Amino acid sequence: MTQEHIIGKSVPRKEGRDKVTGAARYIDDMTMPAMLYGATVRSQIPRGVIKEISFDPQFDWSEFVTVTAQDIPGKNCIALIGDDQPCLADGKVNHPEEPILLLAHADPHLLRKAVDSVSIEYESLPAVFTIEDSERPSQIIWGTDNTLKTFLISKGDVDGIWAEADYIVEGEYTTGAQEQLYIENNGVIAAFDREQGITVWGSLQCPYYVHKALVALCDLPAEKIRVVQAETGGAFGGKEDYPSIIAGHAALLAIKSGRPVKIVYDRLEDMTATTKRHPSRTRHRTAVSKDGKILGGEIDFTIDGGAYATLSSVVLSRGTIHAGGPYYWPSVRIRGKAVATNAPPHGAFRGFGAPQSLFAMERHMDRIAQAVGLSPVEIRRRNFLKPGETTTTEQAIREEIDLGKLLNRALELSDYAAKRARFAQRNKVGHIKKGVGIAAFLHGAGFTGSGERYLASVVAVEGCADGGVRVLVSSTEFGQGTNTVLCQIAAEALGLPYEDVRIAQPDTNQVPNSGPTVASRTAMVVGNLVRSAALGIKQTLVASGMIGGSYSPEQFRTACREYIAAHGELRSFARYEAPEGVFWDDQKYRGEAYASFAWAIYVAEVAVDLSTYSARVEDFVALQEVGRVLHPVLAKGQIAGGVAQGIGFALYEKVVWQNGRMQNGQMTNYIMPTSADLPPIRVFFEEMGNVHGAYGAKGIGELPMDGPAPAIVNAIQDAIGDVLGTGFDSVPLLPEDIFEAVSANGER
Amino acid sequence: MSYSSEGRSKDRGKDDRGKCALSLAINGNPQTVRVFPMERLLDVLRNELGLTGTKEGCGEGECGSCSVLMDGKLVNSCLVPALQAASANLTTIEGIAEGSQLNAMQAAFLECGGAQCGICTPGMILSASHLLSKKTDPTLDDIREALAGNLCRCTGYMQIFEAVVQAARRRTGV
Repeated sequence: MTQEHIIGKSVPRKEGRDKVTGAARYIDDMTMPAMLYGATVRSQIPRGVIKEISFDPQFDWSEFVTVTAQDIPGKNCIALIGDDQPCLADGKVNHPEEPILLLAHADPHLLRKAVDSVSIEYESLPAVFTIEDSERPSQIIWGTDNTLKTFLISKGDVDGIWAEADYIVEGEYTTGAQEQLYIENNGVIAAFDREQGITVWGSLQCPYYVHKALVALCDLPAEKIRVVQAETGGAFGGKEDYPSIIAGHAALLAIKSGRPVKIVYDRLEDMTATTKRHPSRTRHRTAVSKDGKILGGEIDFTIDGGAYATLSSVVLSRGTIHAGGPYYWPSVRIRGKAVATNAPPHGAFRGFGAPQSLFAMERHMDRIAQAVGLSPVEIRRRNFLKPGETTTTEQAIREEIDLGKLLNRALELSDYAAKRARFAQRNKVGHIKKGVGIAAFLHGAGFTGSGERYLASVVAVEGCADGGVRVLVSSTEFGQGTNTVLCQIAAEALGLPYEDVRIAQPDTNQVPNSGPTVASRTAMVVGNLVRSAALGIKQTLVASGMIGGSYSPEQFRTACREYIAAHGELRSFARYEAPEGVFWDDQKYRGEAYASFAWAIYVAEVAVDLSTYSARVEDFVALQEVGRVLHPVLAKGQIAGGVAQGIGFALYEKVVWQNGRMQNGQMTNYIMPTSADLPPIRVFFEEMGNVHGAYGAKGIGELPMDGPAPAIVNAIQDAIGDVLGTGFDSVPLLPEDIFEAVSANGER
Repeated sequence: MSYSSEGRSKDRGKDDRGKCALSLAINGNPQTVRVFPMERLLDVLRNELGLTGTKEGCGEGECGSCSVLMDGKLVNSCLVPALQAASANLTTIEGIAEGSQLNAMQAAFLECGGAQCGICTPGMILSASHLLSKKTDPTLDDIREALAGNLCRCTGYMQIFEAVVQAARRRTGV
């Protein structure tokens, strides 16, 4: 055995060399012989009946392949959780940019003209565009009442609490849509062969989601669908569900034409037609004692799901469970609701509902602090969850987390107290006002409730004929470090050098279904399975007498080679099994919501310029407890990247809607942070110990999305609260919003 | 749709009428290709020359994924009509490694975590290399400013800054 540990070391990213040399092959870098290019004709209206589709007779259609809903061999749906979303609109449309018709041609240059040469005549129907319109309901556009999903979490006796309260604090908070804005647009290539069926290569997160969707759509047996992930240029949730749609479109064109078909969106199409973060509205009503303790409360969390159900139920679930933040609620009633509107369906984006409800919780904590007359620090300290207490779903905190200690360290790292005092002095003069804000939060890792049990993920690890080891999972790499971390885990388990372990390209013909690459589950859940499967290889070799209990890497390689020469294959599988004694009630939404939580305290320092009304983050401290840090460089990169997206969510990224369609679908008018916009993002870890994940790791990917927006808005409030009538309760918060709020108060 | 890429056409027509010869040097190799005059340099690189390391992110000069060096100047190849590159010396990501060895910038990106998903990386590395060709010892503000035309959604830029600082140190032997 090598003595050196690989866990905790920043080994080189597995596919890193290819990425820095330009050799990495993304979907748009691939071509196939006789390949056609596909394009999508989309709805121009938010809701209506399709009366007629006509093709401009002046245009030469002879070499085009055309696909409509009538060409679908199987069921016209995108099979996901439900199947209400059609692959191609059939007779009616429910949102702008809804796909209606597909075109393919060998010359991509002709496609745009072809798309423009298709005319669609509609009979428009009234549409709804906001949560409020959908709730009213002014029109029924989905189901019987526009409600896609509801959840109710109920703990203790909330109704009896109001009479005891010294303060009742209310607030309403909203968050806007946010575009994932991976720099590589969505794209796939599909090929069809009568014998082999369909093969899809694509930029995607979840090969088996696409597989499931294609089985239903193409009416082919599972073994005739093969999905392969190409190198993927960013995803952030935006390539969780949407690739099933674009893969379905390419597959239909490939079946009809008998030729490979590539569809790669341009930026405008990607931004206007694909998913975004769900807009949200959260209402809090909280009973608080005179010493600042939360006695109980009601939280109404509502998200705008867009036109079809897609992933809204699970986004809602996570948002609802996280709505109470990292605090102890003796009693609480949380109502979660997802409603339909005539916008393209909103979908997965890092955080998955939690950034929305936690924004509300953390803004509300500052409001409670103000009402009670305590500092933002003290109000949090008095309400933090402690080991032994239970969350809103009555999950007991079993780990030795000390949020007070985490808070102290964050305050120290950010020089919070001194800054606050200094800013209070200097804000008396000049037009630059500075402030500091805190957010305390948690993020559950892995699927919610019984999700992991239903998924029953499987991984394999195999010894190879060359003596190396290969990890086989459907978990995908899209920047976060899947390849690297899973190889580290296998190497550590086997006591081998990192270089001896490699990972298979995710290909449903080659790898078992280790579940989707979402929900911050890969390192923690899949990593644990990889460890078990790797140990299985070792046990096999030990049992066959080829190695002893301790061995050198060279002895291991020799044993691998010899075993394979003798037996043909050396492969070990591991399947997820729920830990003992874990209880979750799907009906009552009660019990162990997550296998573990990551915890964090973020502190933002901002400067607001009252001559331009722009707010700028000047320093950012991100301190978190994520269990064992498997790879410090990757872990820091995950946090800094998430914080940057969170800063965008708070201050820059505004989706401008008109009749359900995004109006600013370009990088020139939808503004994400550049290198010149961001403060130093200072990342720190505290390891308080967790037994659940692989080598003690918890999920990390989504956590950093949750904290920046409330910390920043709290800091802005701290900076200019005295010139405002009311607080800032919405993100994104752009200069024009600050201008309006300051002007409305009539002060400068 | 209100937006059109006509005029800086993304794609080639199927016949060659209207094409003309373009001679230039790419990564030190003289090349002649037949192109439409207004074809985007990005497409010439990717489609005609098979140099797919140069990426397209937005197609309108905002994201910098298609950055290449043209006669030592940093350009967005999606905005450059092919003929503008006549007789130029072009450097793409494929041309910056020193043989099979990564150059200092590539190695620093790999080591410091400057590349996550990798799609912005080629442009980012060229942009950073361009900076170091002008300033051997850039300040953090210089780096922030120089890379502001290259968008990265993964890293939050911090580890990219570290990589540039490290590459600068290694180059100057500090």
